[in-house]
Amino acid sequence: MFADYTMTELTSIFAMQGFAGLTLFSVFVLMALGLAIIFGQMGVINMAHGEFMILGAYTTYLTSNVFSSYLPESLYSLYFFVALILAFLAAGALGAFIEWAMIRHLYKRPLDTLLATWGLSLIMQQLYRTIFGPREVGVTLPDWLMGSIALTDMVEIPINGLFVMAITLVVAVGVGLTMQKSRLGKQTRAVVQNRPMASAVGINTARVDRLTFALGCGIAGIAGAAFTMIGSTGPTSGQLYIVDTFLVVVFGGASSLVGTIASAFTISQAQSTMEFFLSGSMAKVLTLLVVVGILMLRPQGLFSLKIRK
Amino acid sequence: MNFIAHLFARYQLSHMLILALLLIVVLPLSMDIFRLNLIGKYLTYAFVAIGLVLCWGYGGILSLGQGVFFGLGGYCMAMFLKLEASSPENTAIQTTPGIPDFMDWNQLTELPWFWEPFHSFGFTLLAIILVPAFFAFVVTVAMFKRRVGGVYFAIITQAVAAILTILIIGQQGYTGGVNGITDLRTLHGWDIRTDEAKYILYFVCVALLFVCLFIGKYVINSKLGRLLVAMREREDRVRFSGYDVSAFKIFIFCLASVFSAIGGAMFTLQIGFMSPTFVGIVPSIEMVIFCAVGGRLSLLGAVYGALLVNAAKTSFSESFPELWLFAMGALFIGVVMAFPNGLAGVWTTYIEPRLPARLRSPVPPSTIPAVAVTTTAETSSTPSANPTVEHRHAGN
Repeated sequence: MFADYTMTELTSIFAMQGFAGLTLFSVFVLMALGLAIIFGQMGVINMAHGEFMILGAYTTYLTSNVFSSYLPESLYSLYFFVALILAFLAAGALGAFIEWAMIRHLYKRPLDTLLATWGLSLIMQQLYRTIFGPREVGVTLPDWLMGSIALTDMVEIPINGLFVMAITLVVAVGVGLTMQKSRLGKQTRAVVQNRPMASAVGINTARVDRLTFALGCGIAGIAGAAFTMIGSTGPTSGQLYIVDTFLVVVFGGASSLVGTIASAFTISQAQSTMEFFLSGSMAKVLTLLVVVGILMLRPQGLFSLKIRK
Repeated sequence: MNFIAHLFARYQLSHMLILALLLIVVLPLSMDIFRLNLIGKYLTYAFVAIGLVLCWGYGGILSLGQGVFFGLGGYCMAMFLKLEASSPENTAIQTTPGIPDFMDWNQLTELPWFWEPFHSFGFTLLAIILVPAFFAFVVTVAMFKRRVGGVYFAIITQAVAAILTILIIGQQGYTGGVNGITDLRTLHGWDIRTDEAKYILYFVCVALLFVCLFIGKYVINSKLGRLLVAMREREDRVRFSGYDVSAFKIFIFCLASVFSAIGGAMFTLQIGFMSPTFVGIVPSIEMVIFCAVGGRLSLLGAVYGALLVNAAKTSFSESFPELWLFAMGALFIGVVMAFPNGLAGVWTTYIEPRLPARLRSPVPPSTIPAVAVTTTAETSSTPSANPTVEHRHAGN
């Protein structure tokens, strides 16, 4: 299948597809980081994670509308930073509420959490449809995010993709630092490793659970805000990504953030490179099949934390 | 006499009789054929729900990919019917007569090899049982041998459902794509689209349903059923007692998938088409809610659950389409949080104790294993007959 292309063309194709894969990778990482925190650290399956992401996207959409209608045009180019923070707060606050109302009653029944959060996702989808309508909405990008940088004659890099990657990098580093260095992160890891002992040394485990869940949902909100940069948002956009993201998290080894990033990279690169040569659906089938196959042989994922259970 | 009383108790025959009366006498007499056909469609989902009671309720293995097996069974049947409907005489206007119409539209010039054996009805019936069973075996054998379970297994089954849907939609020429396999007409020359045929197929469906119910009851009453409950509660203890845990799990999952496939085949026969919309993630997880609403530990409850949820879905979507998703979401949350044992739990906890003694179920409630809320807790969980109390306790 390579025979029709010259060497330089092939290089450019791989570079462009590689870059498209990197953008996909960024969205995967942002979504998977939130899931990895919730699933990996707390063992909770949040099927409504995609809908939290879409909440962030709609928040961004609303913010951009407010900026373009009520504020001077010179400020419009800054709306995205405000939207990022608002998306984080909105999704995080909703996450904290859901944890209080629903999840904390179900910690001992992980399979039931899965069903309950699926119900939540259905309700949220229909809410979005009622409020924003069934059609997809998009935001107008500020001028400085438009266009692309031409590296060579054939390789062009879109700026919004670069920006999404930058956000991903910042968020990933931030999450890594939070989990490793901050008080909350240390408490979370203590609770994961030994809940009764953590509780015995005075950690308020219920509060840690709530904050961790809220943090995971908040990151989903950021993912949604970043998602508006590269695609339009509809009520069911979140559901399209949820299975992929779960596979990313499980493939990476549920409790390892590095593993999550590595697996997001592998999966997104494999998919976008194959997409060029096969049809999109076959590329996806092949990727998912390989991932499921590897998971059957190595269920603990690529990287696994060794904990005595 | 004693023996019959024993059988009654063991298989809850009185409850079975009520269900049989409802399905065989009351519904066919009170409904026109259009509504009865709909009931038949709901009953095909009841097959899936019965399978889920076995593997999820008793075995603790939650599968979010039962649509895969429903679809495999349905597609096997649809392939046979489609081949019969695309005889060279019927398809004389095509470029290549004798192959299904969608293949002709997709420029295929000969029948793919895996369609060939579906010319035979005997092979098709075997395939409906064996293909899903083999598939289920392949999916589970690697995972259960490596002791993967719980939420991991649920996610993998969901991924399998996603893969199969994308594959069916993507390979339009071989599978009919997103439209599925449509325009099915006859079974061995017998037109399945007439009202008379629909009546007969409905009763065949009910009969098969009762066969599955009795098999399920038999499994639950057997030693295997006891082991399943024991594995659900404390898998390691069962393993330490010398049992090969994975073999039992693989068996029960394969059995559940065969039930689903029978349901799928009956769906194709009664509705007249099969499409990937019944395979994917959303229908698969909806099938779990049928089982959860009826009661994950009650085979009969699963049948009622499938009937009620689907009837509600149809009437809601007819009158308030936008409210249906809200209702469905609330159903998921409500059943899980307030009634983990579903309708059957409500019946045994609240209604049955108030009935006069001779109407009560002959099985004392304490022998029915309830969903213990504290499955992973440190304390050895004693199955309680009153899950709502325990649930309130766990919420504190």
